[in-house]
Amino acid sequence: MSLSNSSRPLRGYLAEFDAPEKVVDAIHRVREEGYEKYDTFSPYPCEEMADAMDVHRSWLPFIVLGGGITGALTGWALQFLTSTQVYPMNIGGRPYNSWPAFIVVIFECTILFAAFSAVLGMFALNRLPQPHHPLFGIESFKRASQDRYFLYVESTDPRFDIHSTRAFMESLDSSEVTAVED
Amino acid sequence: MADPRHEPSTAARAALRPPIVGPGHTPTSVTDKIAAVVTAGTPRWWFLGAGGAFSLLGIFAISVFWLFAKGPGIWGINNPVAWGFAIINFVWWIGIGHAGTLISAILLLLKQDWRNSINRFAEAMTIFAVACAGMFPLLHMGRPWRFYYLLPIPNTFTLWPQFRSPLIWDVFAVTTYALVSILFWYVGLIPDLATLRDRSKNRFAASIYGLLAAGWRGSTRHWHQYEVASMLLAGLATPLVVSVHTVVSFDFAVGQVPGWHTTIFPPYFVAGAVFAGFAMVITLTIPLRYLFGLQDFITARHMENMGKVMLATGLIVVYGYAIELFIAWYSGNGFEQFMIHNRITGPYRYSWFALILCNFVAVQFLWSSRVRKSVLGLFIVSMFVNVGMWLERFVIVVTSLHRDFMPSSWGMYTGTIWDWATYIGTIGLFLSLMFLFIRFLPMISIFEMRMILPEAKNAKKGA
Repeated sequence: MSLSNSSRPLRGYLAEFDAPEKVVDAIHRVREEGYEKYDTFSPYPCEEMADAMDVHRSWLPFIVLGGGITGALTGWALQFLTSTQVYPMNIGGRPYNSWPAFIVVIFECTILFAAFSAVLGMFALNRLPQPHHPLFGIESFKRASQDRYFLYVESTDPRFDIHSTRAFMESLDSSEVTAVED
Repeated sequence: MADPRHEPSTAARAALRPPIVGPGHTPTSVTDKIAAVVTAGTPRWWFLGAGGAFSLLGIFAISVFWLFAKGPGIWGINNPVAWGFAIINFVWWIGIGHAGTLISAILLLLKQDWRNSINRFAEAMTIFAVACAGMFPLLHMGRPWRFYYLLPIPNTFTLWPQFRSPLIWDVFAVTTYALVSILFWYVGLIPDLATLRDRSKNRFAASIYGLLAAGWRGSTRHWHQYEVASMLLAGLATPLVVSVHTVVSFDFAVGQVPGWHTTIFPPYFVAGAVFAGFAMVITLTIPLRYLFGLQDFITARHMENMGKVMLATGLIVVYGYAIELFIAWYSGNGFEQFMIHNRITGPYRYSWFALILCNFVAVQFLWSSRVRKSVLGLFIVSMFVNVGMWLERFVIVVTSLHRDFMPSSWGMYTGTIWDWATYIGTIGLFLSLMFLFIRFLPMISIFEMRMILPEAKNAKKGA
């Protein structure tokens, strides 16, 4: 692929690999070179690639905890307020605030809110849904969801250079390096 | 540190534990094989099967139309037995759904990777079974267009639900279960939807799959959050599935009717649900792995493991039956003793004996590894269990209600043709959804199959 014939802006370089171990080695090289704006792609979650990239932390458990607590309070408030304030019903002389009978609905609301927080939180942290991405324009990238592994260095990285970065990417053990344009 | 001399060699370990995926597979071959079911042309048997399923769905439409036109009087329900087929079928369907959550959530938390080839299918089964279950309380209402009275919605009558009733707990439990199951299923599908988006030749199909895949690219950072989300969802779904059938059993156990008012119900219902669900998974996977040639992914070991789970949960259910008999005698309660006597020797005794034949006698054949390894044997046992679990709910609902405390209000109950038509109709609804699912979505989780291949395992060793 040419480097300069296109008028469209260059977004980065994409290297294709046929084995996860090769990407792990490449990640180490990329980090040694000092690149920060890079990402890797695999057709299944690969722990070794995440380890090499130092991707370990997630705020998601805290989001889910918050969702669960909100759900529990919502479930409790719903039952407490309707049963004691809005629509008190005397059933066999039992107390209006029959809290043991409220446990089931509080539990179900906790799970419901926490599950929605997990899914919506995962989408938000991953910045999804994202209908357009420059990588979707690369024909070979279709195999990222099937049987190939990719390393992508973005042009916004301070160390990025049209020529030296390409040369560096080609020195990795990859089968092909492609320029990604918008 | 274990002595290396005692560590079994890889070959010895392989001999001990048969593989969960056929030999020689790579990410390419797994992707091709499973995605081809969706992207290739429709096989002729699919039209035959789907045609049959849609015909049954037509029976459902006719029964519902007639029900709305005439009212629930067309069913066999009467005054002692006001809960007939509707509640039997509701509990039967909900129970079937539970194996899906068990396979997808509990086995994920326990890191049982043999589940990876059956979880997608089982989760779909859960959602469709819950959809069928949900039909019955709605139809049994008589005026289903007023279903929203069940929900805590501010309204001009300023009416609110009675939160001390197990029936309203059931509304919350089943609704939460349906929504969480759909979320879990969808999250599991996202990477495979991206695969289908990237493989579809048809632009229309590619854009629909692309829309559903929400821009999934398989980034390592995304996968990390994705896996955290999956584990959290599994952790949430596990107590949820136990709570759902517990709450379903409260519908009975909180009532005072002899045969219902018992503390064994929650665990006994949960075990029965898993038992029924695994039976249904076996019933459905056996023909499908043949028709699509997926024996490399759903192997003999999967079938045998499911047989073992079915045996274990079946024994818990039989323990529940034994405890019911024991407590009737031990409590010294005359009504409880009469209920058991009536169940075994009364007018519905045939259903109790058939139940024991299906859920106790038939299941004992699974002790033999020859039966567990035989596809036909497993299929026959699973069909017995499907019938047995329906009979169990029939026995619980009908024999308890038809003769309770006062002989003056005793009566008999039989399902009418419309009861049967509605029930068979929901089987049609279930099968129709199943046929659409296997045609348009990958019925085996492709990315989770890639995870258990040697290529992914080698990366683990190298690091």
